[in-house]
Amino acid sequence: MISSSMFIVILLCAFVTWLPRIIPFIIVKRTPLPQSVMKFLAYIPICILSALIFESIFVQGATFTTIRLNNLCVLLPTVIIAIWTKSLSITVIAGVAIMAFVRAV
Amino acid sequence: MQQTTTFSEGFKDCVPTLIGYISIGFAFGVVGIASHLSLIEITLLSLLIYAGAAQFIFCSLIVSGAPMTAIILTTFIVNLRHFLMAFSVAPSFKHYSTVRNIGFGTLLTDETYSVAMTKLAQGETLKGNWMDGLNITAYSAWFVASILGALVGKWIPNPESWGLDFALTAMFVALLILNLQTVTKSRLRHYLMLIILMGICMYIMIQLFPSHLAILISTIIVALIGVWTDR
Repeated sequence: MISSSMFIVILLCAFVTWLPRIIPFIIVKRTPLPQSVMKFLAYIPICILSALIFESIFVQGATFTTIRLNNLCVLLPTVIIAIWTKSLSITVIAGVAIMAFVRAV
Repeated sequence: MQQTTTFSEGFKDCVPTLIGYISIGFAFGVVGIASHLSLIEITLLSLLIYAGAAQFIFCSLIVSGAPMTAIILTTFIVNLRHFLMAFSVAPSFKHYSTVRNIGFGTLLTDETYSVAMTKLAQGETLKGNWMDGLNITAYSAWFVASILGALVGKWIPNPESWGLDFALTAMFVALLILNLQTVTKSRLRHYLMLIILMGICMYIMIQLFPSHLAILISTIIVALIGVWTDR
């Protein structure tokens, strides 16, 4: 079951999620971006990926950011496995397995 | 050399990321049921919003009884990083029609974006059919996994103990390493410096802002520093 108000909230959320995903594709199609903007955008992949990784080990604390030790302990071997195997699937499976192991002990 | 041309090659390139989509999508279904959402609501969230972090936050806001405007505004901010990602990948597809471009953007996620940018960094050209294959495979996996999670959710008390939530982080690690692998030595030093800066920046921002805003602000700051320190 779904109420009409819930349906509307979901639709509006979908809309505000959709806009930032498609607007750049439409803009770029019409007008080429200046060189300086392209240079900035070239740094986005590395920056977003590392920000998402740091997000998994940092958490808001009472006065200072605290570190999730569990996640940090699993992150380090995961990085080594990624460098060593250069494989997406092996890294993901190994990361999950190490995390399951750390949480079990 | 690997191919990034056809739909089926896009499917193949998506396979390594599927464990991430399936485990997180499944976890979302479980969390949705635990948040007293119905199967229809969970299905609609995955079909229409299709953004992991936003869907989890949606659940927690519903549970806490947040007002409608707060839910919509938060969803918007959480997904604003797609704006930057779409801008950085869109130039590769500008020779395709507007309708196809809207298609690429509609199904763009952290993972499909990163897979595409990794291919670009490895010197390949991206083709529309390949991108569709990548996107549609990921979308289908997400949808099926969240329904499965919702269906069996009642019997799974604690999906976290399986370590599945770490699948996303592990995937981001692998994608970052694959990206770094393609750069020259002097560029690598520059990138590593930026990653360390990102650590410091995130450490500060996480304390000041909700994490999705911290990601957005830190990305903009560090990318700007990247441009300024570029030789």
